[in-house]
Amino acid sequence: MENIQQAAKPSAMMNEAPMNHLTLSDRLKSYKRTPGSFLVMLLVVLSAVATIAALVFLILYILVNGIPYINADLFSWTYTSENCSVIPAAINTVIMAGISLLLAVPVGIGSAIYLVEYAKKGNKLVKVIRVTAETLTGIPSIVYGLFGMLFFVTALKWKFSILAGAFTLAIMILPVILRTTEEALLSVPDSYREGSFGLGAGKLRTIFKIVLPAAVPGILSGVILATGRIVGETAALIYTAGTVAKIPNSAFSSGRTLAVHMYLLANEGLHVNQAYATAVILLILVIGINALSSFIAKKISKA
Amino acid sequence: MAKSKEKIMEIVFLLAACVSILAVALICVFLFANGIPAMKKIGFADFLLGTTWKPGNDIYGIFPMILGSIYVTVGAIIIGVPIGLLTAVFLAWYCPEKIYKVVKPAVELLAGIPSVVYGFFGMVMIVPAIRYNFGGTGSSILAASILLGIMILPTIIGVSESAIRAVPGSYYEGSLALGATHERSVFRAVLPAAKSGIFAGIILGVGRAIGETMAVIMVAGNQARVPKGILKGVRTLTANIVMEMGYAEGLHREALIATGVVLFVFILIINLAFSIIKMRSEKE
Repeated sequence: MENIQQAAKPSAMMNEAPMNHLTLSDRLKSYKRTPGSFLVMLLVVLSAVATIAALVFLILYILVNGIPYINADLFSWTYTSENCSVIPAAINTVIMAGISLLLAVPVGIGSAIYLVEYAKKGNKLVKVIRVTAETLTGIPSIVYGLFGMLFFVTALKWKFSILAGAFTLAIMILPVILRTTEEALLSVPDSYREGSFGLGAGKLRTIFKIVLPAAVPGILSGVILATGRIVGETAALIYTAGTVAKIPNSAFSSGRTLAVHMYLLANEGLHVNQAYATAVILLILVIGINALSSFIAKKISKA
Repeated sequence: MAKSKEKIMEIVFLLAACVSILAVALICVFLFANGIPAMKKIGFADFLLGTTWKPGNDIYGIFPMILGSIYVTVGAIIIGVPIGLLTAVFLAWYCPEKIYKVVKPAVELLAGIPSVVYGFFGMVMIVPAIRYNFGGTGSSILAASILLGIMILPTIIGVSESAIRAVPGSYYEGSLALGATHERSVFRAVLPAAKSGIFAGIILGVGRAIGETMAVIMVAGNQARVPKGILKGVRTLTANIVMEMGYAEGLHREALIATGVVLFVFILIINLAFSIIKMRSEKE
């Protein structure tokens, strides 16, 4: 927030101080003297407009083409090649997100606690952990998919299964949760910890009763962000969780998530209308998840 | 008792922290152990520089795919960087707070849209548009470049904006006081000072573009040959893996994993470059 105000300062100053007051026509006049600057300003504004236009166009195009094809058939309980139901894929997505989060959240929070609360400055191990976490962030999802296929599917003999997919995704979202939790813990003022220690609480009690509760909104917004990534992921899942369009019997059966479902529909080319409708559902889900995450993040910055 | 509990929990947290080290180690071991032998069998030079990919005849040259990845990435940079950088300048130095509150979340949303949705949009919108205007099939380097250019925008904008904001305000004010216009001050005084941060953002964007899989598969045509123009189809390293892994066996499968190794090495190099530049910009 501070940054925004800082950036807005030049124009705000001009508005407030009457001595340097610049009206729109003054500005235009000064641009007349420096046509080069005017051109640059135009380019800057046009670029921003182009960015927003790309987003708006993409969303509107998919909504307009997809909404007419959202019908009851699309939500049948079982999938057939005629109705292209999204329900099995949607249920798989929820299960997949649930298991991945169950795996990644405790580990992510635990490692963030270690980095923030326990590790001493200049610790070599901490440096290694940071470098590896950053490496994990940069690895593309197809490499995760390959690794999941080699390790969970082949080496551990889990076959194409929800579990193999969930473990792969858990590694993928681990750095997201680690980073957001770390930031949330760092933003808890030290006076909280000192107060707790001063009252005679041990380190563990301080972490669980004082620091973590204060950091919950930040952690939550990270978890929701990670959920968004799980929902949108395709490349890491095709060769780990497989592409069976059924509600799974167990964690060891194969199942496609919504994003994989959408990819297969679009790639077959036979059900383009249903692919549009699925894209609408996926878009609404992701926009909702994003909005929720930034809503929570905003709440923290106010508190 | 309480003391031992404290100690135990500290070790638990430490173990949790080591999971990411373990994950990176496992990924490296499994990828390299499965990919390097195939490269040896095929011959490193034949594998990396061979221009023919014919799994049916046991010929595995991934040079067309390496070129393909480079082409679409360069295309994405040409399209994404100018627009992204100027948008970052807009966010940091032009837009009033009210507009900022709309534009910033929109840029973040751009990052949240799943790559299949981007790919689908490219398939139904960009590809037909190229076919209509320039002929050919439409699935081409150009289509992939445009789509990837849009997809890397949020990365470039986010990193560049924070780099631009990190430049002390006195740079801008000093330039303004010397009689320079707002534009000249921003572009000649502020931007050069944010140079390395912006560069880091571009490198991060390169990483995103080179690693992108689903969106590229859906718009690039995926022909495994050296492309002869930007309207021709192209197959990237990532596409090569996804397209054929479903039915590959034996050496073919290993060659695909080796393709993944090449991609992984590319990404590691890019990551390394990113952290070096980031470190340098933080020092400044």
